[in-house]
Amino acid sequence: MTITRFVVSFNRPDPRSAGYLADAHALGFGALEQIICQDLYFIEGQLSDEECGQLALNLLSDPVVQTTAWAVLPSDSSALPPAAAMVEVALRPGVTDPVAHEIIRAAHELGFDGIHRAATGLRFLLNWKTEKPDNSSASFPVERLAKQLLANNVIQHWKLGEITPSFPEEAASSGEVEILPVRDLTADQLLDLSKDRRAALDLAEMQAIQNYFRRVDRDPTDIEFEAIAQTWSEHCVHKTFKAKITLTPSPLPLGEGAGGEGQVVDSIIKTYLKSATDKIAAPWVISAFVDNAGIIDFDDEFEVSFKVETHNHPSAIEPFGGANTGVGGVIRDVLGVSAKPIAATDILCFGPQDLGSRGGVTPPLPDGVLHPRRIQSGVVAGVQDYGNKIGIPTVNGAILYDEGYTANPLVFCGCVGIAPKGKHRKNPQPGDHVIVLGGRTGRDGLRGATFSSMTMDAQTGEVSGASVQIGDPITEKGLIDVITRARDADLYNDITDCGAGGLSSAAGEMASVIGADIELQNVRLKYPGLAPWEIWLSEAQERMVLSVAPEKLPALQELCDTFNTELTDIGVFTGNGKLIVRYGGKPVLELENEFLHEGIPQRQLRAVISDQSPVTEKLTTDHRSLITVNDRLLALLSHPNIASKAATIRLYDHEVQGGTVIKPLTGIQADAPSDATVLKPIGTKGKKGIVLSNGINPEYGKRDAYKMAWAVIDEAIRNAVAVGADPERIAILDNFCWGDPKRPETMGTLVEAARGCHDGALLFGAPFISGKDSLNNEYLGADGLRHSIPPTLLISAIGIIDDVSTAITMDLKAPGNAIYLVGPLPITNYPIPSIPENAPALYRALHQAIKQGLVRSCHDLSEGGLAVSAAEMCIGGRLGLVLDESIRPETCFAETNGCLLAEINPAAETAFRTLFAHLPLTKIGHVTAEPVLKLAGEQIPVADLVKAFTGDIR
Amino acid sequence: MKPLALIFQAHGTNRDLDVAEALTLAGSDPVFAPLNELRAGKKSFSDYQMLIVPGGFSYADALGAGKLLALDLNSYFTDQISAFVEAGKPVIGICNGFQALVKSGILPGNDSQKSKGEGQATLTFNAEGHFECRWIDLQPISQKCIWTQGLNEIITCPIAHGEGNFQANHQLLITNLVSSDQIALTYTHPDGSPANGLYPANPNGSILDIAGICNPAGNVLGLMPHPENHIHPWQHPRHTRGESSGSGLALFENGVNYASKL
Repeated sequence: MTITRFVVSFNRPDPRSAGYLADAHALGFGALEQIICQDLYFIEGQLSDEECGQLALNLLSDPVVQTTAWAVLPSDSSALPPAAAMVEVALRPGVTDPVAHEIIRAAHELGFDGIHRAATGLRFLLNWKTEKPDNSSASFPVERLAKQLLANNVIQHWKLGEITPSFPEEAASSGEVEILPVRDLTADQLLDLSKDRRAALDLAEMQAIQNYFRRVDRDPTDIEFEAIAQTWSEHCVHKTFKAKITLTPSPLPLGEGAGGEGQVVDSIIKTYLKSATDKIAAPWVISAFVDNAGIIDFDDEFEVSFKVETHNHPSAIEPFGGANTGVGGVIRDVLGVSAKPIAATDILCFGPQDLGSRGGVTPPLPDGVLHPRRIQSGVVAGVQDYGNKIGIPTVNGAILYDEGYTANPLVFCGCVGIAPKGKHRKNPQPGDHVIVLGGRTGRDGLRGATFSSMTMDAQTGEVSGASVQIGDPITEKGLIDVITRARDADLYNDITDCGAGGLSSAAGEMASVIGADIELQNVRLKYPGLAPWEIWLSEAQERMVLSVAPEKLPALQELCDTFNTELTDIGVFTGNGKLIVRYGGKPVLELENEFLHEGIPQRQLRAVISDQSPVTEKLTTDHRSLITVNDRLLALLSHPNIASKAATIRLYDHEVQGGTVIKPLTGIQADAPSDATVLKPIGTKGKKGIVLSNGINPEYGKRDAYKMAWAVIDEAIRNAVAVGADPERIAILDNFCWGDPKRPETMGTLVEAARGCHDGALLFGAPFISGKDSLNNEYLGADGLRHSIPPTLLISAIGIIDDVSTAITMDLKAPGNAIYLVGPLPITNYPIPSIPENAPALYRALHQAIKQGLVRSCHDLSEGGLAVSAAEMCIGGRLGLVLDESIRPETCFAETNGCLLAEINPAAETAFRTLFAHLPLTKIGHVTAEPVLKLAGEQIPVADLVKAFTGDIR
Repeated sequence: MKPLALIFQAHGTNRDLDVAEALTLAGSDPVFAPLNELRAGKKSFSDYQMLIVPGGFSYADALGAGKLLALDLNSYFTDQISAFVEAGKPVIGICNGFQALVKSGILPGNDSQKSKGEGQATLTFNAEGHFECRWIDLQPISQKCIWTQGLNEIITCPIAHGEGNFQANHQLLITNLVSSDQIALTYTHPDGSPANGLYPANPNGSILDIAGICNPAGNVLGLMPHPENHIHPWQHPRHTRGESSGSGLALFENGVNYASKL
């Protein structure tokens, strides 16, 4: 069949090419002078030259700014454009290519029925400076540039010169099921089997499987084995958090939930997290830990849900796809509680962006690891692509840098949803059909659940290439449209999302009590050739599973037709408690539900609780050599962990859905960082709003995991209170990202952090409503060394504000106003701040003050302490601030818990102070019209603060 | 009787609820019409007094923002939309809707320049090279455009797009747009002075700071910014500083008032 190749190029300078050139320069390819990026389209089918012209004009190009050339393959190589080198990039076969799909659909719409297949690619024309006269390829590392910037080997292939398109392989359908003889294997052989199939199961678990099949007197099929491995994966069953952990040596004093013995923690979840929620027993918590997302009360009509997931491993090897599907996955979690997604949050941790360009001290990039710059730009683009396209505002987040994240970036994706009360149903009925909605199933994302439970190595990218998925936000938008309407019309009895583990996880969970009979041949595939186990385990994105009564199916089908969503009927919920999966009528999976879901042996782990060593100075900038307060402050403001994130925030649509009351960027020039976000969801009556914030501090994690937990819970709550959230109505979510829990030291810090979560939650009366852990964030380098992340705990907070019009921001408002320090005056910079005993009372008092309209602006003290907080308030209002001369330089930079700055109009001071009777409150300065920050005997123009904080970013 | 506003929902429309709220506040009755229902004849354009093509990412911006939605408009609805426009009913395309109206040739809609396939104008990639969300200021210009006529105050509202850079293939067209009063809205500095192409007041590099244009008759408006996201005081980015000007509601009220007199 003829393949025509179209090359679309801009007839003027285009920003995408400029972006590639800037990235190449940042990666050290200084000799490169020009990159011209062009789009490639490969279309298979009989086309006349005139038809090609029409396609070029009407479909493939924007004729006002672009021109198109085309040729039938193989094209005449003498017609290649003048450039020192040409690199072409195309997707690997099987990688989702939504644009190619649209080309075929649209070409048919235009009447070109002879077009069968399409593929897309990119062409890069390169020119560089060279001393050599011939300008040959040898004078420039083209291959290195291609690998580091132009293509990602995991999903793309590239070629010097013209590339040939890669259409998905048309394999014959496969119904093959392999029998895995496990009954007679030795212990070593069992472990080999686990390793060969990348199942990440340990010996006790493999022996439990062996025993089960000995008992039922047969060997498992491959699909049974894979389903067990997925169901028992760390990702799905959280076996570390449910493990029985023996603490050595004698543990530190435990909270009262520690199980009595003091030596053994029987399940971190039960002992520390759920128990905190149970003890707090907040009446406004509707659902905690049991469903796809935690749910709290909003008003008489609505409930709100919140879930935060991680997508670390996939983002390490394919940053765009990893982050993209991370966002898509957590949105489906919220859909899984029948809610309409209304906000996204993203907290990202990367290696230093200037890694390798700072000279000798930097450790080399581990083998097989992408450069942190590449990871960040890909992850941010992935978040942007999904959130913006699906139409959910990305409103809260953070970006942190630490060398520990170089090989293991962390990508936390959160989603908030809203739903009318009492409409979410989790009750499948016998006779209901098992309905799959949304995308088709391919080989993408196989074994993602088990993959995410392993330590990565240099081969991971290659071997797990199939685990990588690219999202399709518009298909998921269709799911939102269908499911919210189906919910209102009571069209389903149960719903869950297809996440890690695919149908095995989703349908398996729904059938875990009632039982189901499923026919895999009914599942719609992206391309033929999938083995039954691949269909059952595929993690293809944008799919939901519903339990639908037969009489409701026509109405659901009509909704699906309206919103371009595919509906597939794959079986029935039987009511007999058994899960049977068939292929072509023949059973390929027949497992007892009790074994599948309860048969996993409890993990036995050891934890060593050690006195963590007090570490050196906090930020990598060496402030001790910076003598003046000015220099220290400017260095802090421009430190990557503190400096403005506006360049990223503005890539995210934070206004869609029209509910963003307090935006991520605030102040006169909208370039100052808000403490938290306030949303008033569209369609809600009354004045209530939702407050979103987060706390995270890996620096503290390196020093004292217990106190870190306190600090980040306090930070999340403090941030929410600073904009006006009611401190009595804040729920929190935990996300633990840790190293390998089989190492007792790692487990020790995990236990300590969980204990801190418990104690902190109780002090603030803030219940956990959902949580997630991502372990094994380690990388075994080809150098034989382990690269582990710092213990990282993210606390996400969701609060309620009774009247959004009382919400406040952190930018200074008017000269003459007084500045108060709420909380104790920080004295010295301890390695880690102590427990903020007073904080709950302080926050209640502050909340009353905000509610009564007494506070003009408020900002919390976090990284960089009082000085950075004051500086950011100045930046927000473009006003000056004079701080009391008695405040010593050490106090200015000391980091604490439980402290905020508040701006009070002189007329309101008495009322404000009254609210803080017997609580630590100090008037420490006032606002000035002159835009200068005066502190500790020095002064800095606000313009200098702005410059340091924003860098070159406008 | 409130005018009925048809809110066109394409595959990937996402600011439909936002604009529905603006239209409700402005005094019309918005009705959502998914593309497939219109194709199936379950809803008909002629039953409505206003047509809204809202923002979003139709077909995920594959092959260029608005391109495939424009193809749909031309393949399935040419006659109905032409009739709607020629009847002088108010039509507005916002962001992705604007992109689709331009790429389908409905805008700028100058008959003399309509020619098959070759677009007269386009909305291409932002000069800064990336999607951007920020609040900007708009000066209503056209007195012919029924949506902007009589508006004196600057409108303050967000943009959220990656392909909003208005360009034309002939300087002639731009001159025509100016002389025929088809430039409906331009980007300005907060004090109302022209942005003169300066980022970020002009956020995308559009020629002549063009943020929105209308057809020669003045009833069809397309614009990149989102006035529908500034219709409540608490949406203003500086509401905590007591600022409240620049509501986008006036623009929708203009359209609704015009429709109710038809």
